[in-house]
Amino acid sequence: MAQAATAAVDEHGHTSTGVSNWKVGFWTFIASECLFFGTLISTYMVYKGRAVVGPYPDEIFDVLHTTISTTVLLFSSLAFVLALHAVQNARKKAGILWLFFVIAMGAVFLYMEGTSYLKYIDYGLTLGSSTFGSAYYVLTGTHKLHVILGIVWIGALIWLLFRDRIPPAKSEQVEIAGLYWHFVDIIWIVIFTLVYLIQ
Amino acid sequence: MSTIGLETPVGREAPAHHEEDTGVWSWITTVDHKRIAIMYFVAATFFFFIAGAKALVIRAQLMFPGQSLITPELYNQFFTMHGTTMIFLVAMPMAVAFFNYLIPLQIGARDVAFPRLNALAFWIFLFGGIYINSSFLFGAAPHASWVGYATLTSPEFSPGQNTNFWLIGLSILGIASIMGGVNFITTIINMRAPGMKLMRMPLFTWMTLVTSFLLITAVPVIGVALIFLGFDRLFGTVFFQPGGGGDPVLWQHLFWIFGHPEVYILVLPAFGVISDVIPTFSKKPLFGYPIVVYAGILIGFIGWGVWSHHMFTVGLGPIADSFFVAATMIIAIPTGVKIFNWLATMWGGSLKFTTAMLFCIGLLAVFTVGGLSGIMHASAPVNLQQHDSYFVVAHFHYVIVGAAMMGLWAGLYYWFPKVRGRFLDETLGKWHFWTTMVGFNLTFFPMHFAGLFGMPRRIYTYSAELNVDIYNQLSTVGAFIFGISSVIMVWNIVKSWRSGEPASANPWGAATLEWATPSPPHHYNFPRIPTVRSREPLWHKQEREEVLAVTMPEPEEEPVMPNPSYWPIVLAGAITLSWALVMTGVWWIIALGMLPVILAMFMWAFEPAFPEGHGH
Repeated sequence: MAQAATAAVDEHGHTSTGVSNWKVGFWTFIASECLFFGTLISTYMVYKGRAVVGPYPDEIFDVLHTTISTTVLLFSSLAFVLALHAVQNARKKAGILWLFFVIAMGAVFLYMEGTSYLKYIDYGLTLGSSTFGSAYYVLTGTHKLHVILGIVWIGALIWLLFRDRIPPAKSEQVEIAGLYWHFVDIIWIVIFTLVYLIQ
Repeated sequence: MSTIGLETPVGREAPAHHEEDTGVWSWITTVDHKRIAIMYFVAATFFFFIAGAKALVIRAQLMFPGQSLITPELYNQFFTMHGTTMIFLVAMPMAVAFFNYLIPLQIGARDVAFPRLNALAFWIFLFGGIYINSSFLFGAAPHASWVGYATLTSPEFSPGQNTNFWLIGLSILGIASIMGGVNFITTIINMRAPGMKLMRMPLFTWMTLVTSFLLITAVPVIGVALIFLGFDRLFGTVFFQPGGGGDPVLWQHLFWIFGHPEVYILVLPAFGVISDVIPTFSKKPLFGYPIVVYAGILIGFIGWGVWSHHMFTVGLGPIADSFFVAATMIIAIPTGVKIFNWLATMWGGSLKFTTAMLFCIGLLAVFTVGGLSGIMHASAPVNLQQHDSYFVVAHFHYVIVGAAMMGLWAGLYYWFPKVRGRFLDETLGKWHFWTTMVGFNLTFFPMHFAGLFGMPRRIYTYSAELNVDIYNQLSTVGAFIFGISSVIMVWNIVKSWRSGEPASANPWGAATLEWATPSPPHHYNFPRIPTVRSREPLWHKQEREEVLAVTMPEPEEEPVMPNPSYWPIVLAGAITLSWALVMTGVWWIIALGMLPVILAMFMWAFEPAFPEGHGH
């Protein structure tokens, strides 16, 4: 089936690079996202030290708390790898189960980060309190929005798997969502390092 | 090939979404790259007249010192929207119209990699363009110039919705640009016909590839800048608010990190066009093909490292300034190399001065003037004198109109016969060219002097003591001649679309693959995909015969093409609406506005892209 779809544009049924259009397109999109997050992170790096009023980064960040949430998010990537492996090998139930784990761990990450937000607001760090506050919330908020979108996407995949619409031959659908999820994770590792560890 | 025919479900009429479908609905739901291209062109031309009319009002206001034809506030809105519209709604989509029509044909593919995404990008562009222009209906058009410098855009100095229209409108258009970039990179990398190696691709395809990379890397940067600005205006952040510790210079950096690659986004497609047109009318292969390709790539790379030459007056320090002076001067080298390549292509060729060729030669002349004034203010000390003066206005019009638009008009005359199967009228074409040359130069050349004599840009009026009346009057007369030339162009298109002289498949005797199809091409482009063995497949007798034997005969069974779909236009409407709701600044309304987007995305995802039995 997938062969026939590409056949409409290429009678030999394969692409110039041998990699599917979806994968090339998605990698291109990720390249674009790198510049997007690159701009956000650079702005944060420039702005965090320019805050004229507190609270300042070293006063409020709880590295242990964020280390735990980061670890949870990292393990969700492992769960995704296992989910993809299951789908590729026609183990539908295992695939659904692992994807549920991914969503659950994503939700735990969001919950833990949400509680941090509330704590920082208590300390007086808001969107408008300082350049540090503006840059911090917009950077991490944008990342959280990516996590939320990933959860919605994975939810849709679970539904499709449940309805038997993703046989092993179409496992690329899961693989591409995985590219996205891993990318969002890697961006978080960069943010974790630059924002929380190097203050 | 035959296996595809066998898979066609029984009872489905083969030409169900054939090009003979001409109703409005068939255009709204089309995913055919050629139809999308035509819609891009028509929309861009429409916006061209809107933005051009504003320019004429500006010129009328500036014809005599001390006039007040329009209010200063409206004047600010007009020059802001003139620039914004010309760049984002005319020059870019006009180039994208050519990308759309030509890339699949030039590389031997039946459509772009993601046809529905392509339609989505078009509708988002159109709705975004309508949205940002609708601000005039509310009397709240953007008024802080196309570069929207902080703190002119701060809530303090720009209350009301004017700047919100601008930043939200540009964000919407940015989405379309990134989608287009992803689509064309994937198409060019992945969907070339057998034998179409990278170094055999037509130059227009090459420059589209470079431009697409610039799009996907530059647009996210302004996207973030616009997000910052939106948060500043609507949610109280302090990114660009000095009172809260923010730095207005950050906006300038982010804007120009996007803004300078943007210049090459505008210009490189035109370079691609003339690199295809000049060889055809010189009857010679492009001189130094690899050099032209590498020069284009190099321009793309260096174009990323010159942004601060827009900011010499900021005071970044001698080291930063020196770096950007050097980088800016270096970029003149690959550009100059290209100009010599085009000249060398013409040298000793048997030249044919069609309108398309005249526009190419016009580009070489006019763009060189713009390039030279560019090198002048690449030097920081000189730049300090010229910054924010009409000299700069003259310079960038020479570059953007002189290169981008002239190149695209060359492309218009060159490829129109392919699109319509009829020639554009050559007599009207010559009128178009000469009125453009006279009008354009008369408008913008005197601006060099006005600027050097001290006339600042973006100024409502000027005093008679400045002694720049004569230059302004020449410019105004030129602008109206330029306006007439555009009317001639549209009249030519309308007339020739209906009753132009019929054109054959390859009326100019060109070398590249798009001319190996009937004029106009089938909706599936190629019944079978040809194999390519050289850069000029139609100029080598044996290869031409092989290619044409594959591409010209009617197929027994038509190739299966993607389904038409109305979800692109629905999703584009939902995205535009959701962005427009950001203007309210109320969290729950914005969140609610996301729902139709998500719903439309799901409906889109679950709709089969191909007729039953052929899809993913």
